[in-house]
Amino acid sequence: MSYLVDVATLARKDLRLELRARDTVPAMLLFVVSALVIFHFALPEESSGPAAVGLLWIAILFTALLGLGRAFMAEREQGLLDGLVLAPCDRSAIWLGKTLSTLVFLLLVEAIALPAFALFFDGSRIGPAAIAGVLLADLGIATVGTLLAAMASASRARELLLPLLFLPVVIPLLVGGVGAAVEPDPARYLGFLGLYDLIFAILSWASFEYVVTE
Amino acid sequence: MSTWSRNNGALALSAAATCLLVGGTALAFLWVPQDADQGFSQKIFYLHVPVALTAYACFAWGAWKAWRLLSRRQDRYDLESYTAVHMGIIFGVLTLVTGSIWAKISWGVWWTWSERQLVLFLILFLFYSAYFMLRYSVAPGPARANMSAVYALFGVVLIPVSFLAIRLAGTLLHPNPVINRDGPQMSASMFGVFCVCLAGMLALAAALYRTELTGKRLDARLRELRELLA
Amino acid sequence: MIRARQLGRRFGDKRVLAGIDFAVRPGDFVLVTGPNGSGKTTLLRLCAGLAAPTSGELELELDRAEIGFLGHEPLVYRELTALENLDLFGRLYRVPERRERIGMLLERFGLWEDRCERAGAFSRGMLQRLALCRTLLHEPTLLLLDEPFNALDQEGAALLERELAELRAERTFLVATHEPERLGALASGRLALA
Repeated sequence: MSYLVDVATLARKDLRLELRARDTVPAMLLFVVSALVIFHFALPEESSGPAAVGLLWIAILFTALLGLGRAFMAEREQGLLDGLVLAPCDRSAIWLGKTLSTLVFLLLVEAIALPAFALFFDGSRIGPAAIAGVLLADLGIATVGTLLAAMASASRARELLLPLLFLPVVIPLLVGGVGAAVEPDPARYLGFLGLYDLIFAILSWASFEYVVTE
Repeated sequence: MSTWSRNNGALALSAAATCLLVGGTALAFLWVPQDADQGFSQKIFYLHVPVALTAYACFAWGAWKAWRLLSRRQDRYDLESYTAVHMGIIFGVLTLVTGSIWAKISWGVWWTWSERQLVLFLILFLFYSAYFMLRYSVAPGPARANMSAVYALFGVVLIPVSFLAIRLAGTLLHPNPVINRDGPQMSASMFGVFCVCLAGMLALAAALYRTELTGKRLDARLRELRELLA
Repeated sequence: MIRARQLGRRFGDKRVLAGIDFAVRPGDFVLVTGPNGSGKTTLLRLCAGLAAPTSGELELELDRAEIGFLGHEPLVYRELTALENLDLFGRLYRVPERRERIGMLLERFGLWEDRCERAGAFSRGMLQRLALCRTLLHEPTLLLLDEPFNALDQEGAALLERELAELRAERTFLVATHEPERLGALASGRLALA
């Protein structure tokens, strides 16, 4: 029970920080809309509809990368991770709190990105299955991404390292998400996304302790 | 580990590897009958699949050592895990190369997305290359060891998940049925030769692993001594 | 309470600590002295559990809730107010009667008027005082202080001295400093890192 209280405290802290600084979410919003505009110019005229859905997913992934890159910045730059690690709370609570706040940021950004996509490209492609795919993939992105962001933030080249760590791991999410949006039978893809989320959430939750301690 | 094994282990493994590989290759090219469907090009199967399986074995060994590091917190497992992953990526690249050659011989293209094993190895190659980038950009110490271990464990979990994803994507990207090479149509003699080659590859991997590990341990010992004298 | 045997810590090729043996008993006030780069900070971080020794052994009989650590960084969030920072750590450390305790500490260190200011707007001295509040918030049994008088002006230093004198009897201290004379009266022992 106190575990959940700790998680709530930490998540609330991250949300409050973002509310004060107001830099990550606006940047992500602007980035995702810019990316969609660029994709319009990058796509040749006769491109198929499904290809555009793929591009939406690329936009989401890279926007998530942008947000994740900043996830542990305050902690690492000001040495605050030490402060959190010293506290008697379970280290995985730090992970869960960050994951929840990252999830909130992603959802906020997608609330704008999906309508923007519908506006710029083909709105009929964003059905309930596609949205379910996005939501499930968000879980995977937030859970694995938070862990990898913690790893990358310990390195000298953190902005360079995070995409390298992140992209191979989220390929399955991409497959699931695009499949759910494009295929006539999305159940398999959604099920797969759920499986990925479960496996990697457990793995990330269990191993975060080792990433932030010595 | 017995003294004999410690001193001569790598040598014995290299000898075994040489015998098995030379023997296996000879058998594959001279003795075993040709596959009815694919003809001569199928012979590369005796090289490609053992290399792929050895790569998996190396990654699994790396993940096992990583697990030991996290549960026992003993320094030596870090080096062992790193060396195993290093071997894995070497064999992984070999898999991609031999697979590419096979694709060229069989279908005339150097790369095809419909070959699931190749795509899986491409993803793994990206993943484990990032492992080395991670190690390179974090200062050596317990922190780096822990992070590498967690990442190695993620890799091994990623293998089946990616495979599932690729299978799903297969229907999405390429509606053509995938050619099933190592199906149950292997005759007993083919299977026998395959096993010889597989054993040879594993022995080779083990020999290289031992050699590199010894080398790295010597390096570390040398550094320690240099420090003590300084 | 703390026992170290042949403790060593290496960063890559550089050995920062080597062959350190010491023991800290409850009620001790140990000063850790040594020139810059001798490993004082590293030693404190090892005792706090923020780093693991690369050689030797370190035994610590306390769990994290009983340790208070003051490092070089104030370990407060710049974007949050002093009150919010202490509230955060108060919740994480499950401090009983959190609000009263925070209020009391802020007053004792002269930060009550600035409690609703963002920590980012504080001067270096005020940050150090806030960091001290954070360290003392959960009434830790063991206090690990890394050069606590750093950045404190005269008034802040006086407040800290008074606080240390008051807590001296009930707690155990391990303080890294390059002004050992200042705390000489309180000290029960010294650890010199060459």
